[in-house]
Amino acid sequence: MKRYLILGDGTVFTGKALGADGHTVGEVVFNTGMTGYQEILTDPSYAGQIVLFTYPLIGNYGINDDDFESDRIQPMGLIVREACEAPSNWRSTKSLDQLLKERGTVGIQGVDTRAITKRIRSGGVTTGCICDEVEVGQAHLSATQRYDDTDFVMGVTTREPYAWGREGKQSIGDPRDTTRPTLVVIDCGLKFNILRRFWRAGCQPIVLPASASVDEVMAWKPDGILLSPGPGDPKLLGPVIDTVRGLLGVRPIFGICLGNQLLCHAVGGDTYKLKFGHHGSNHPVKDLITGKVTITSQNHGYAIDPSSLDGTGGEVTQLNLNDGTVEGMRVVGADASSIQYHPEAAPGPWDSRPYFFEFVEKMTKAK
Amino acid sequence: MKVLVIGSGPIVIGQAAEFDYAGTQACKSLKEEGHEVVLINSNPATIMTDPGVSDALYIEPLNVDFCERVIKRERPDAMLPTLGGQTGLNLATQLADAGILEKYNIKVLGTPLSAIKKAEDRESFRNLMREIKEPVPESWIIQTEDELAAIMDVVPYPCIIRPAYTLGGTGGGIANTREELWEIGRKGIKLSMRSQIMVERSLLGWKEVEYEVMRDGAGNCITVCNMENLDPMGVHTGDSIVIAPSQTLSDLEYHMLRTASLKIIQALGIEGGCNVQLAVNPDSFDYYIIEVNPRVSRSSALASKATGYPIARVAAKIAVGKTLDEIDNQVTGTTRACFEPALDYCVVKIPRWPFDKFSTGDRSLFTQMKATGEVMAIDRSFEAALMKALRGLEVKQKDLRHPKFSDMDADLLREAIRKPTDERLWALAEGLRRGWTVDEVNRISRVDRWFLRKISSLLNMEKKLQSIQGQTGPVVGEVIQEAFLIGFPSPTIASILGIDSQTMMAVGKQYRANEAPPLDEDWQHVAAWEIERQKVMPVFKMVDTCAGEFESRTPYYYGTFEQEDDALPVH
Repeated sequence: MKRYLILGDGTVFTGKALGADGHTVGEVVFNTGMTGYQEILTDPSYAGQIVLFTYPLIGNYGINDDDFESDRIQPMGLIVREACEAPSNWRSTKSLDQLLKERGTVGIQGVDTRAITKRIRSGGVTTGCICDEVEVGQAHLSATQRYDDTDFVMGVTTREPYAWGREGKQSIGDPRDTTRPTLVVIDCGLKFNILRRFWRAGCQPIVLPASASVDEVMAWKPDGILLSPGPGDPKLLGPVIDTVRGLLGVRPIFGICLGNQLLCHAVGGDTYKLKFGHHGSNHPVKDLITGKVTITSQNHGYAIDPSSLDGTGGEVTQLNLNDGTVEGMRVVGADASSIQYHPEAAPGPWDSRPYFFEFVEKMTKAK
Repeated sequence: MKVLVIGSGPIVIGQAAEFDYAGTQACKSLKEEGHEVVLINSNPATIMTDPGVSDALYIEPLNVDFCERVIKRERPDAMLPTLGGQTGLNLATQLADAGILEKYNIKVLGTPLSAIKKAEDRESFRNLMREIKEPVPESWIIQTEDELAAIMDVVPYPCIIRPAYTLGGTGGGIANTREELWEIGRKGIKLSMRSQIMVERSLLGWKEVEYEVMRDGAGNCITVCNMENLDPMGVHTGDSIVIAPSQTLSDLEYHMLRTASLKIIQALGIEGGCNVQLAVNPDSFDYYIIEVNPRVSRSSALASKATGYPIARVAAKIAVGKTLDEIDNQVTGTTRACFEPALDYCVVKIPRWPFDKFSTGDRSLFTQMKATGEVMAIDRSFEAALMKALRGLEVKQKDLRHPKFSDMDADLLREAIRKPTDERLWALAEGLRRGWTVDEVNRISRVDRWFLRKISSLLNMEKKLQSIQGQTGPVVGEVIQEAFLIGFPSPTIASILGIDSQTMMAVGKQYRANEAPPLDEDWQHVAAWEIERQKVMPVFKMVDTCAGEFESRTPYYYGTFEQEDDALPVH
């Protein structure tokens, strides 16, 4: 069956149907990772977006039962050159198309993904619509609220607090490991692997909704606080920023991705939208303190404005080698630091895993 | 600084023109950094010995005596041995052992010789792997029947038995059970001149995967590329059909193996490029480190061309003290060499064997390399890249059809699928063409189902083309277009349709003169016209190391069938 991708500038690409029937609208972003589609499809930071994979053969190793990063498909849709119908991997239980159909996600295949990527590269991210009829798609495209004005965090954060244990997600009432330092996670769009890594590093994570107040956070007697990644513009998250401000200096704070931007806003800094963001598994980041370069996994559309940190107590600690954007910051005298990339990988390189251990060590000291 | 570069010498099987490619890149890179290059190479039929590549050129035998004379005359400050393949490395080691490097105060650039020894000496490498907890295949040295009896419950089955010091491995074999081990093992001990056998875990049928990694003097590490062999373990990687990047590894597996490779390059202290070969269990997370090449290798030349990342150029700059973040990415012109290439295409390498010249030679492939060259094809799908590589081989077969196998008896064909030879690809295709299931062919050959299904999809296209034989109308054009998209060349399409070359040429002429379809009702003319008409769709896409993320100024393109052409001015 024919399917169309309409971009904000009016360009129409004709391809074939992938996944569920229907139409979908979202901000089109491209990801350059060559593996990791299952993790990307379940990463809450992609809420509201349509993900294009630049690698042309997607779905080769199928979908397995373990590598989900949240309980549902997060992007609005996906665009691939070729979706593999008959995957091959010992853990695979179904094909990409089967998963998308089961979960009602709309996709398109058979389009020139490189041509679309180049368009986004030169024109910046754009809203797009995947649809079965061009006229219908155009109508939906103009009727949908702008990505930048939508608060996606309230849609992806957990409704109820929960804990993480040896077996994974557990009810908050279940017995926890009290010998471990307690990490309270403010969930703006968490990936499970962050919790898996923190558990491995020796702490007891407790996950709270993004709406948690300072008192609600402190009620769990945390030894450390994690500001999670998440979708959308951090400026729309005033109440969360207030909570972070209230916790600054009280307990050690660590931020990942959106958490980096929230920490920046909490000290009074500012963020801006990147032309087409960073989405991939190959971004080099230089640590300004050690001089070391690390290959990182990234997924963000907004970045810290370094000049806005002047006089706030915040300082830049890491930079992206490709475009010089801010990749990490810390708050002088407050035991708070954050990074813009994903140490939990999934997908992507494991090179920045030491962060989990470093932060848990800090928490243990603070205990 | 005056730098002595050792070339790779004669082209032999296992060490071919790729070292010339690497060496030339390295010489230019050193000169770019303002160093004076003295080159010694015994092979004048190379690019690196062309005027202008080096500042001083010695075409002399690559041995210690001649090398010392060159050193005496040129008095270089340093030497770069890791770019001339094994020949260069061996000569550097000999020069060091003979005390010549010390005598003339020559610094070895790049990876220290001690690290190279550590990687190449079997025992010290195994020890290092144990230290950093990376798995190497278990093995046991056995000298008596009692010792053999003692390990029978410990050894993983199947296992390989190799008697020490017997001619051509006589008396060895594979044991699937305790009983077989007892039988083969006892025989082996008797046959061995030293009454000694080695029992080793068998990795036959496991996936073979390679990682090309780089490290600078400051300890920054990157992966340039990973590659998956179509042929499972047991065939030398130089004799394997190789695909980049890997296709059947999940993100978790990809990065598990990447992390292991980086851990090894870090532990060895490599300064430059390095190749890590791993065996991966197709049914679990288990893997073993098979081998490490602590230098620019045949695989790195392939990885370089597959990704656009100039490994030898960067390795040479690392050798003279630059760090990865200080070296620019020449391809984009705006980013740094410290990143990992992202591909938006698929690369297939097929080795080129000389059996057409040595027609009585033994065509079976195992751990000793027999190929004398290789072809590499880039395309947007595996099918198209495979078909393109097949055409590049310059063998009689331009597609997946081979007369040798088409009438072959089923038992013989099964054997041809099981036993790796230069022609196995065609045997695999013939088995699938006969309707043998992917699972069955996988069971016989252990080639991953993913590859077999892709071959099947090419065979389905063969069938589809056959089914339009004699037809006219829009369906003909549609099927032919699909055939082009999946990588079928026009001679293959024509021959499957049963159109002779005269018709093709006649209609081709007609087409060039006239846009309208031929008026006659002859289906062959209509089909030939469609083939000509559909052919005008190819575009060129850029190999830019970054999957289109950054604007690049490289002139490196591949042809494919797509909607947009990168080679046209876009502004």
